[in-house]
Amino acid sequence: MNGERHITGRVIRFVRKSLIHLILLAICVIWLVPTLGLFISALRPRALILNTGWWKAFDAPLRFTMENYLHVIQQANMGRSFFNSLMIAIPATVMPILVAAFAAYAFSWMRFPGRDVLFLMIIGLLVVPLQMTLIPILRLFNSLRLTGTFVGVWVAHTAYGLPFAIYLLRNFIGGIPEDLFESAFLDGANHVQIFYRLVLPLAVPAIASLSIFQFMWVWNDLLVALIYLGGTPDVAPMTVTISNLVNSYGGGWEFLTSAAFISMVLPLLVFFSLQRYFIRGILAGSIKG
Amino acid sequence: MILRSTILAVVAVFGVPAGLTLYIFLVEKGINRLRFPIQKRIRPWLWLAPGLAILSVFLLYPVLNTLVLSFLNNDSTQFIGLQNYMRIFSDREMLIVLRNNAMWLVFFTLVTVTVGLLIAVLTDRVKYEQVAKALIFLPMAISFVAAGVIWKFMYEFKPKGTPQIGTVNAVLTTLVPSFEPQAWLFNPSINNWALIVVGIWIWTGFAMVILSASIKGVPKEIVEAARIDGAGEFQVFFRVTLPIIKPSIVVVTTTLIINVLKIFDIVYVMTNGILGTEVIANRMYKEMFNFMNFGMASALAVLLLVAIVPVMLMNIKRFGQRGEIQ
Amino acid sequence: MKKRTKITIAVAAVVVALAFLFVVSPLNQQKVRAAGERKPVEGTVSVLAVWGGHELDVFKEMAKPFEEETGIKVSYEGTRDINAVLTTRVQAGNPPDIAVLPGPGKMAEFARAGHLVDLSTVFDMEKIKADYAKGWLDMGTVGGKLVGVFAKVAIKGLVWYNPHALDDEGIEIPENANQMRAISERLSRQGKTPWSIGLESGAASGWVGTDWLENIFLRQHGPQKYRDWYEGKLAWTSPEVRETWETWGEIVANTDTVYGGKQYVLSTNFGQAAAPLFMDPPGAYFHMQASFIQSFIKKQFPDLQPGEDFNFFGFPPIKPQYTDAVEAAGDLVGMFNDTPQARAFIRYLTTPEAQSYWTSGTGALSANRNVSLVFYPDVLSRNAAQILQKAEIVVFDASDMMPGKMNNTFWSAIMSYVENPARLDSILRNLEQTRREAY
Repeated sequence: MNGERHITGRVIRFVRKSLIHLILLAICVIWLVPTLGLFISALRPRALILNTGWWKAFDAPLRFTMENYLHVIQQANMGRSFFNSLMIAIPATVMPILVAAFAAYAFSWMRFPGRDVLFLMIIGLLVVPLQMTLIPILRLFNSLRLTGTFVGVWVAHTAYGLPFAIYLLRNFIGGIPEDLFESAFLDGANHVQIFYRLVLPLAVPAIASLSIFQFMWVWNDLLVALIYLGGTPDVAPMTVTISNLVNSYGGGWEFLTSAAFISMVLPLLVFFSLQRYFIRGILAGSIKG
Repeated sequence: MILRSTILAVVAVFGVPAGLTLYIFLVEKGINRLRFPIQKRIRPWLWLAPGLAILSVFLLYPVLNTLVLSFLNNDSTQFIGLQNYMRIFSDREMLIVLRNNAMWLVFFTLVTVTVGLLIAVLTDRVKYEQVAKALIFLPMAISFVAAGVIWKFMYEFKPKGTPQIGTVNAVLTTLVPSFEPQAWLFNPSINNWALIVVGIWIWTGFAMVILSASIKGVPKEIVEAARIDGAGEFQVFFRVTLPIIKPSIVVVTTTLIINVLKIFDIVYVMTNGILGTEVIANRMYKEMFNFMNFGMASALAVLLLVAIVPVMLMNIKRFGQRGEIQ
Repeated sequence: MKKRTKITIAVAAVVVALAFLFVVSPLNQQKVRAAGERKPVEGTVSVLAVWGGHELDVFKEMAKPFEEETGIKVSYEGTRDINAVLTTRVQAGNPPDIAVLPGPGKMAEFARAGHLVDLSTVFDMEKIKADYAKGWLDMGTVGGKLVGVFAKVAIKGLVWYNPHALDDEGIEIPENANQMRAISERLSRQGKTPWSIGLESGAASGWVGTDWLENIFLRQHGPQKYRDWYEGKLAWTSPEVRETWETWGEIVANTDTVYGGKQYVLSTNFGQAAAPLFMDPPGAYFHMQASFIQSFIKKQFPDLQPGEDFNFFGFPPIKPQYTDAVEAAGDLVGMFNDTPQARAFIRYLTTPEAQSYWTSGTGALSANRNVSLVFYPDVLSRNAAQILQKAEIVVFDASDMMPGKMNNTFWSAIMSYVENPARLDSILRNLEQTRREAY
């Protein structure tokens, strides 16, 4: 009887495993196809993109070309724009983190009147449409002479990213078991030490998630940079330079195919490099430690 | 200038965290001198100060500005009370806009969270986890303009009988011989759904990343203990894992709901609201920049703010129970 | 306090101090022209426009001689989102020195709010009047002041065709609308669709339809009524307007007369809608579009020769008293900041020399009648330029003249109409309501 159950168990596990793979692979394929289509299209001559489906690229005669990519890369100012994009995105990603973490710590583990209302208001700020802030903030920047400076656009992106950052970090930091804090206090630690030695390390997965998203949003942003920083070649990020590939009638959009991939590389790299902070047990590990 | 900018950036990247650290260190040192009860009262505000300062200037002030403008007329010269708001709920076009947001709200959020959760759970158990997650995340890394280009390709229409160049039409006409190719984005009965699909495609990666991080945070021992006790996989998931990651599900759902209320880029890039696809944020954009109706645009923005009150309430119940340490 | 903590704090303090010093130091002057700031002497002029791709390359070439001669740097910012960027910057107080205005309607709004500089103080008005026909100057005038000039223009309402296809069918170029209709019916009876139309155009989908209606209206009701129409003095529910829609409906609402039926019409980008003309066998025979479609055709079919493989004739007249009428459109340029550099540049922009860059580089037309035909790159653009210069009745694109909201509603109305022509009544009523609010 034991033998039968053993076999049945194995069958069930096999079926379960296969099901998992099947579903997952199906989803992955569906998700990949649209992007794959664009990827192949970017390697085809312009006339073919407009007239035939991308899967036809594998019919003889094979006509692949790097001309779309070359056109984009050789575009005047692409190198400088890449630098500008980095210049905008990296500080704008780093700056909100600690600010949000401080606030999240206060919201999670300190009691004060109006705490819940204030926190809800911050969630409320998540919904403020970007466009409504453009004119008032630009006016402010103009009077503070921050228009056209990198500092201005960093502060703006920090502000736009704070509500989500505070919300997300609050959730993680609030989930830290209370006894950890109690034992730390019993050991005589003060708030600063607890924050830097206990809270921050435990919040690393959340900080990593946050960084991925903030980096990506800032990297792909067009309007904020255009309005606060300007679109002139010395400060334009890649998004602005790419949009200049297309003329006022919309012609030239085929270059957007290759531009999209060139622009995608860095956020993906960021994603991969931050993935190692998503390790199971990072929380469990510290309980023992 | 490149050198200058680089130095400035390095300074910002290291200086700001350093500055904040210094700030909090000094602040804590300072208030530690005071009596304990006073400490307790001041401390939260000092920790909140940097964040609140930035938010007040950059978000709160524009919100108040917007609120005021919503009661004024188009060029903000006359007070007209609630007229803008009444227009929103009576104008036929506006009602279609509201209907569209409702469609997005329900369908998009539900599917994105569910699929995101599904993927987070499944990838946890396979060896090619990183690859799978990267594939699902990929659409988020693409700018909205590029996503628009991708899906315009996907939804391309060519008349019946001629070769299809859009993937969706091509696949459907091949699999189902009697299928007539559709102009997905230009048919008012299906175009909203077509856009929502694009939204799901993009945002599932977001849900997946956060939920995946959360699932990783579930202590292995608890899960193992449940399994040893004889619980089946489904039971383990629903009785053990799910309750633990519930807060993250709320966070993801809340963020998605808020994002979908102000969904703009996808619609802007793909159809810009024609043929019944307009959503609130697009309408607001048009009113503000194309029609120069600042009053109406502001009223729409305020509508969004009001619409998330229920969402905020949903969060009260959870966060209200938080503990406190001192 | 532990030693390590002390060191960390010390380091942090030093970094912060350095940062502070650096930020406030005069070394940190990397302010950019985008702020609209003025610099003395040589200086810079900031230009904001929608031009990109090849247009942008041509613009830069055009600016080079100016930069070399005057030493003034031309700082260009491009965006498709010109409405958002321009409105925001004007409202916030840092507009660009010079900008391409989204349309005469918008130009009028800016002018009335006092943001545009009166160009009669900038130009040698004698020279300008010699270079530009009165119609063009009137278009850029608001409240008696000249505030906008045309950088480059196009004719709308040319009927493009494939000469080989027409020869094969034995079709002669129609001289009026009746002949056009006869040809159309003949082709339909043979099971062929005479027209190809594509309305898709991103944010502005539907503008092709507005061009159709404008050209029909102009030839049915004349320039006076046309003016009343875009000035908001004519009701959308009036018989004249309705007649124009229904005339167009005969073509577009009929699956026998338009290639691919409504699905194709709605979903095909205007830049590719000429393609059926060159299919084998042809999917359609005629395509109504502006002069700039030429570059799109060449891109999609690089081997076709202008004149031989594709050509155009003017939109056929409908009522005999409105013959030789032409609808035109163009990029209007205005000046927001009165600086010496901006003055110099806008003066340069309007010269035949500068205009010739546009014409030879992009095949656009120039409103400046002193641009020699030599600068037009091929026979087609030369023909178009001549049509423009010789036309008796010249009107501007009506939808561009309407206020923003009216224009937008017009575009969506086109899309809605093609989607369901039976709803014409309610569509017209909606347009009429918008007219009452928008004017």
